[in-house]
Amino acid sequence: MKRVALLGMPNTGKSTFFNRITGASARVGNWPGMTVELMTAKLLIGSSMVEFIDLPGIYDLPGLSEDEKVVERFLENMPLDLLIVVVNTTQIERQLGLLLQLRQLQLPTLVVLNMADEAQQFGVKVDIERLSKSLGMSMVSISAKYGQGYPAFHQEIQKLLADSTPSTVQGLPHFLSHEELAPQVDALVKQSVEVPLQLSPTLTHKLDRIFLHHWFGLPIFFFIMYLLFQGIFLLGTPLQDGMEWILSAFKESYLAPVVADLPKALQGLLLDGIYDGVGTVATFIPMILLFFLFMTVVEDSGYLSRAAFLMDVLMSKMGLDGRSFVMILMGFGCNVPALMGTRVMQSHRLRLLSMLVIPFALCSARLQVFLFFIATLFKPDQAPLVLLSLYIASFAAAFGTAYLFKGKFSNNEPFILEIPPYRLPTVRHMFLRSWLELQHFIGRASNFIVVGVILVWVLTHFPPAADPASAETLAGRLGNFLAPIFEPIGIEAQLVIALMFGFVAKEIVVGALAVIYGLNDSHLTQAIVQHVDWVQAYSFMLFTLLYSPCLSTVATIRQESQNLQFTVLSCCGRLGWRGEYVLCFIKVLAG
Amino acid sequence: MSSTSLAQLKPGQIGIITNLDIEEGLYRRLLATGLRIGKPIEMLRSIFSHGPLHVRIGMTEIMLRRTEAQNIKVTITS
Repeated sequence: MKRVALLGMPNTGKSTFFNRITGASARVGNWPGMTVELMTAKLLIGSSMVEFIDLPGIYDLPGLSEDEKVVERFLENMPLDLLIVVVNTTQIERQLGLLLQLRQLQLPTLVVLNMADEAQQFGVKVDIERLSKSLGMSMVSISAKYGQGYPAFHQEIQKLLADSTPSTVQGLPHFLSHEELAPQVDALVKQSVEVPLQLSPTLTHKLDRIFLHHWFGLPIFFFIMYLLFQGIFLLGTPLQDGMEWILSAFKESYLAPVVADLPKALQGLLLDGIYDGVGTVATFIPMILLFFLFMTVVEDSGYLSRAAFLMDVLMSKMGLDGRSFVMILMGFGCNVPALMGTRVMQSHRLRLLSMLVIPFALCSARLQVFLFFIATLFKPDQAPLVLLSLYIASFAAAFGTAYLFKGKFSNNEPFILEIPPYRLPTVRHMFLRSWLELQHFIGRASNFIVVGVILVWVLTHFPPAADPASAETLAGRLGNFLAPIFEPIGIEAQLVIALMFGFVAKEIVVGALAVIYGLNDSHLTQAIVQHVDWVQAYSFMLFTLLYSPCLSTVATIRQESQNLQFTVLSCCGRLGWRGEYVLCFIKVLAG
Repeated sequence: MSSTSLAQLKPGQIGIITNLDIEEGLYRRLLATGLRIGKPIEMLRSIFSHGPLHVRIGMTEIMLRRTEAQNIKVTITS
């Protein structure tokens, strides 16, 4: 199989391009020996199978940040048939430096001049033929976003791969610095690039006057976030109800008759265990999809880097920076990729401090638990506010932790960040991104959920003589054993079992509840209303937010920090918060 | 034409970079974003009196902190 790697600076639309050529076939692949996960996809080009690898965005070689080191190690060790370098045409002036550094590798290279649409809009013109000749590299111009220029790209790549042989770099060269390359870059620009001297005031500048306003910028940001959560509820709730109805109808009319001849216990395991458990989790798919759709809009529109700009003053007070804030926001999707995202930071201490706070971000798995309780126990008009309060708690815990530990991880990493122009996200990319994210969510969840709900079912139904989920079952005994710890904070024994499984993956919690109470969705809601009041539910939600992150997150922290002591700290550091929280709660109850 | 630091530029003002007195890591990162001696740089805005700065070099807009901007010397042209 042939191998092609994609490379480029951040904000060149490299991932959009990757998604465009590979469609929904992309997967996150593990690279043995490199301890990194990279997006890969296999495609048929001409008559040969080709593996595409999306490398992280880099500014410079040799590498300073972990991301850049990953790219260096990859280039050094992996034989490649072709290197595709994605360049933002609008900013070609400053991206030629990296291109010249990569030319030192002497690998077969195809340069993709992306964002042809924006370049035209800004009046940047490139003489492709001339530049390609001067550089000695093949070059095509495309717009990844609008899908323009692909026939030429496919023609070119087929030609380049037709009789290619994989080549490995014979030891990395001594890369020339951007400074040393400056005269060469200037000459190339002078010869084949035309940049307007004066920029006409663009829509971006007008929008920035509002969104980055001295006083209104931050309130607008919080208002947008509030609208986002309102939107998720407003659109998601009816979809979720629909899902519930379909799943329960399917169970009654198709599944129940099919398994009717099986022994009673097996029937229970299949229907009330696996089907109800997994089904309850499945009803959250529309909500999670909506969440990712909205987040993709915030990210692709260019607003996310503005949020980092606005929040930097506050973040710097806690020893973090605007990027850490963006990572926390990413963590609202899933903590795992957010933790990996800290690789863009150069200072190890800043990375560690960011990794310490990211697991407090209210991820989609926890969101699903909260949505369930909120929809069950709070009035519709209270629901978004309750959720917002949990997001605030999540931020408070993250910021508080950073504030407490900033001395231990003090750093003076300078912070610079690119502010891209505002862009209209394309519907195609929004759905593709959300679909990939959703796949990850389901992939992660399904591994754990099936095993998890079976275990919960066994615990709540053995010994067979006892009433399901009663005090005499294994689960009941375990719950009672732990009761002295959890009763003071108002969490009853049944919920304790769910929490225990939540350590493995938060996705299991709701599925576990469905099994524990032995009911499907609509009945489960009623059972919860009978068993749990809103104070207990809120307590349970706060606990879910603050107790240990899920196993995948813990494993990622271990892998990314390469430090066991730190991993233990990041799990146990939370103990302090739990202590505080228990005390507060007892005070509230007593008062 | 007066010499000052980037942090002193007012929104809308453009300066030519004359000196970069910063550590290696940041220096290399700034070069990669197109910021180097002799290039014009425009101040777009800053957040609060002590917040980060939003500047433009060529077709690239970046934000950076005031502490770093104080070590970037410019000659004001407009």
